[in-house]
Amino acid sequence: MLNILSNSVKTFVFSAKKQSRCIASLSALSDTYQMLYKTCRDFAEGELKPHAAKYDKNHEYPTEAIKKMGDLGLMAIATPEELGGAGLDYLAYAIALEEISRGCASAGVIMSVNNSLYLGPIMHWGTDKQKKDFVTPFCMGDIVGCFALSEPGNGSDAGAASTTAKDGGDRWILNGTKCWITNGYESLELGKKEDKLGIRGSSTCSLIFEDCEIPKDSILGEPGFGFKIAMMTLDAGRIGIASQALGIAQASLDVAVEYASKRIAFGKPISKLQTIQNKLADMALQLESARLLTWRAAWLKDNQKPYIKEAAMAKLAASEAATFLSHQCIQILGGMGYVTDMPAERHYRDARITEIYEGTSEIQRLVIAGQVLKEYSM
Amino acid sequence: MARVLVGVKRVIDYAVKIRVKPDKSGVVTDGVKHSMNPFDEIAVEEAVRMKEKKLASEVIAVSCGPAQSQETLRTALAMGADRAIHVEVVGAEYETMQPIHVAKILAKLSKDEKADIVIVGKQAIDDDSNQTAQMTAALLDWPQGTFASKVEKTDAGLTITREIDGGLETIKTKVPAVISADLRLNEPRYATLPNIMKAKKKTLKKMTAKDLGVDLAPRIKIVSVEDPPVRQAGSIVPDVDTLISKLKEGGHV
Repeated sequence: MLNILSNSVKTFVFSAKKQSRCIASLSALSDTYQMLYKTCRDFAEGELKPHAAKYDKNHEYPTEAIKKMGDLGLMAIATPEELGGAGLDYLAYAIALEEISRGCASAGVIMSVNNSLYLGPIMHWGTDKQKKDFVTPFCMGDIVGCFALSEPGNGSDAGAASTTAKDGGDRWILNGTKCWITNGYESLELGKKEDKLGIRGSSTCSLIFEDCEIPKDSILGEPGFGFKIAMMTLDAGRIGIASQALGIAQASLDVAVEYASKRIAFGKPISKLQTIQNKLADMALQLESARLLTWRAAWLKDNQKPYIKEAAMAKLAASEAATFLSHQCIQILGGMGYVTDMPAERHYRDARITEIYEGTSEIQRLVIAGQVLKEYSM
Repeated sequence: MARVLVGVKRVIDYAVKIRVKPDKSGVVTDGVKHSMNPFDEIAVEEAVRMKEKKLASEVIAVSCGPAQSQETLRTALAMGADRAIHVEVVGAEYETMQPIHVAKILAKLSKDEKADIVIVGKQAIDDDSNQTAQMTAALLDWPQGTFASKVEKTDAGLTITREIDGGLETIKTKVPAVISADLRLNEPRYATLPNIMKAKKKTLKKMTAKDLGVDLAPRIKIVSVEDPPVRQAGSIVPDVDTLISKLKEGGHV
């Protein structure tokens, strides 16, 4: 039996599908998750971390690393094995994505977009033919998918989209512009790549549709259902971005503790000073709270329970944790935190976007409030 | 094609800072991160590569230890071993289990399972014994290629390159044989997610040392376990003459 305090009004007792499972810590999970964690941790340490600074400095898409991640099954974690995926669940995805992001936040977002925003909706609403054509080839990391919602005229105001799809008889004709599209460059090679503050290893570009013709059977779901699909897709994507933010936050804590343990000031390592200890405590608290929220949202999704509020809470908590921890990490490192010799400044720049994309922190608050109010109106 | 038996040991993870128990009876293991002995990972990798090259038909992973040793075996399965055998050893017997016991177990299993090649890591990172491969070979009266940095299987048997103090030694042995894996033999693969999932369906058989007719009675008694002595500070001397006289004083010269 798994006890979760759902809100201050009611206490729910969930029984997990097959066996009781505690998600309070990694060591309490089955060895499938332990092995997955080890694979991702070792891969991130060995193949991502040594090159992350280079990807960032050169704005370099990590082609080889993404291909290796595909070989490991990381680009299609929750996709069924019959279609070429790893056949695991969202908790596994959250754990994997955090470890990958801890090594390189850019690799993390590339992985997240492919898994949650691209493969997710096709798996949920696609026809068998669409799954064969658009899922299987995208599982191995050699080609990646993207999700185009935002436009120059609307980000948070997704309902105000102005891109159109006209019924052209035997085809759809698209007109309009989508912007801030991650993986867009690798997908369609259109527009110029944005020059970003952080996650520079991932490509972000605009997609311009001018009388773009696509086959009639390329529509996902029913006409008019697109907005709903987009919103539900973003709910799952929030668990992904929350995990990415956790990875950045954990990397920041690692750097801060390592440095504070060695740096001598006032006659001792600064980790012995109360001011620094207060910071480390606050950092660890925010990180672990956000992780529990993220795993809770993943658990709910895996057990087919509603998870809109919980996913929004996870994304909000984790992204604010990432910015807080990376900020404090620089503060603890002092001048060393400000130079590129240490990864602290990169974590700081990488963290910033997590409060913006896949639903700004402001939007997350609206989503959470909406759900809370719904709970009370009974 | 050969049937390969691989011995894997669950040890405290290499990155963990070891702490001695206050009663000096051993090191703290409760709640401490454990993983597969790194040299055993190399051994598993070599066995799986043999299977991929169609030189081996089956890879059987074996571990002797408490219930948690099954995690280590599942990692071996996720790396590509076909099935696993867990010889359960717990409590006081586990504390005093020595390479001689493990060698007897591996020898018996090799006979029962009709193994052609036994591969283990050259030593475990907790006891650094470097005995299991050698003892297993002696018990079976099989040739041994220890500290292997390269293994080639030919029709005649095995050509093994060994890392020795003087450099590299190449030997040829017939099969069946025992190999111990050294660091440069290969680089172990990551367990891919699909393989982690496949591992769940593979067989893991549990047995006891008694089932194999092996007596685990202790042959040693642990007297005390202590930290190495704290390193003393050195001193900088002004010239060579002072250095020499200090060395003579300390009885080092």
